[in-house]
Amino acid sequence: MSRQIGEVVLDLKQVSLSFGGVKALTGISFDVREHEIRAIIGPNGAGKSSMLNVINGVYRPQEGEIILRGQRFTKMNPYKAAQAGISRTFQNIALFKGMNVIDNLMTGRNLKIRSNLIQQAFWWGPARREELEHRAKVEEVIDFLEIQHIRKTPVGRLPYGLQKRVDLGRALAMEPSILLLDEPMAGMNVEEKQDMCRFILDVNDQFGTTIVLIEHDMAVVMDISDRVVVLDYGKKIGDGDPDAVRNNPDVISAYLGASH
Amino acid sequence: MGFFLETLIGGLMAGMLYSLVALGFVLIFKASGVFNFAQGAMVLFAALAMARFAEWIPGWFGLEGSYLGTAAAFVVAGALMFVVAWLIERLVLRHLVNQEGATLLMATLGIAYVLEGVGSSLFGSSIYTIDVGMPKDPVFLFEGTFAGGLLINKEDFIAALIAAVLVGLLTLFFQKTTTGRALRAVADDHQAAQSIGIPLNRIWVIVWCVAGLVALVAGVIWGSKLGVQFSLSTVALRALPVVILGGLTSVPGAIIGGLIIGVGEKLSEVYIGPMVGGGIEIWFAYVLALVFLLFRPQGLFGEKIIDRV
Repeated sequence: MSRQIGEVVLDLKQVSLSFGGVKALTGISFDVREHEIRAIIGPNGAGKSSMLNVINGVYRPQEGEIILRGQRFTKMNPYKAAQAGISRTFQNIALFKGMNVIDNLMTGRNLKIRSNLIQQAFWWGPARREELEHRAKVEEVIDFLEIQHIRKTPVGRLPYGLQKRVDLGRALAMEPSILLLDEPMAGMNVEEKQDMCRFILDVNDQFGTTIVLIEHDMAVVMDISDRVVVLDYGKKIGDGDPDAVRNNPDVISAYLGASH
Repeated sequence: MGFFLETLIGGLMAGMLYSLVALGFVLIFKASGVFNFAQGAMVLFAALAMARFAEWIPGWFGLEGSYLGTAAAFVVAGALMFVVAWLIERLVLRHLVNQEGATLLMATLGIAYVLEGVGSSLFGSSIYTIDVGMPKDPVFLFEGTFAGGLLINKEDFIAALIAAVLVGLLTLFFQKTTTGRALRAVADDHQAAQSIGIPLNRIWVIVWCVAGLVALVAGVIWGSKLGVQFSLSTVALRALPVVILGGLTSVPGAIIGGLIIGVGEKLSEVYIGPMVGGGIEIWFAYVLALVFLLFRPQGLFGEKIIDRV
């Protein structure tokens, strides 16, 4: 493989998050290195999505700190996270249903657009040139994900598997440095899963994007990730490369039930 | 024939005015997925501001009787609508990100009362007139073609023209600009829009500001026709059937819906009215809206509601 796993880009230290009396995450620490595929696994309700939402700035943890490229997250929100180069997909697809595929992907370019409202309104020179540039970039993403045939279809009409792909496309259109994937393969058939795996590996390989993903399909996780962190009831019970995690007794008991 | 055409044209002009109000609803719905109950109050507020500023400003700067005074009043009223939009975002919407549509709907109901209250305490609650210098005299057209010609109100004609231009601009804005696309994205999904880097707060200020300006134009036109009084906020109720007919998500729909309702009202009043004792004009629009709700709930031009189970 051409990619080289680099330094730590994202470092979480003793992160705790609670909703009222419910502790969603308790003292979680792990790090993500540049260019790697980092999986977060765990049984239902383990706090995986909460973890992703903390990285994305949707939730602010009560304790602990998150360091992104040496900088502490303070008052993070999804907009700031997007500016910092973090993009994400959603467990229950959150596409803009009324718009077609191209428009959905173009929204992903929003942060990169420099022309102002007045220039856009009059379709002024720079605004026009810019629109064309971004459109070209979006076409690249469309080619990459092999969705040329549906580029003008409103996404609400697409089958589930393709919607998932468009969701990934919108995240990619942002040209993120860190990509968060929340169950990218949930509800897919085997063929769609294989495609999705291929896209994830290609993104990682060709663009060097760091990927943090949540997934339930163990075969997939063990196959594509470099390192895996395991959560259970909001606590970290395992961390390491796939083989180490597979043989970790705590992980086995969390998944198969206690066998004391 | 001449009479029929006159009724038709009268209906089209009235319809254009409904469209202007309906446009306010559509704008906010498209860009935030909220049905804005405060649109009528915004029209009233804007019209009150315009009426009073047009009275005060020429007095302060010695511009009595000149167009400059009216223009200045319009600009100041527009700026005021911007402040209102900003305050609404700051004080209300910002705290309701990712909430249910119903919560936001209730919030706009509250905004309506606050606007009405603040409007009448700032600007007084008596009846005012707005005179932007629109010609009020009727003209006769096609006198050669029909006996007696067609009687057309110049003021209505200009109002319809302004509304048409406004709609054209807004359609372009929504379909062709990056900001328009961002607005549509926010309407579909707040959270997703934020996570791909669309600044929700700024988008909301923009859209309420545009809706405020549309309310101002509607307020000025309605106000100069009927005078500015409290009942102006109920023109919103007249626009309700228009958005149901045209579709809540379509700018052209608001216009065509408005035209259909305007024409339908006038024609039915004139031709069916006598048979049932008249008064059709008052309820015609609502019955039409009801029929549409039964058979085509997304309206004529609305985006089809697709839900996967």
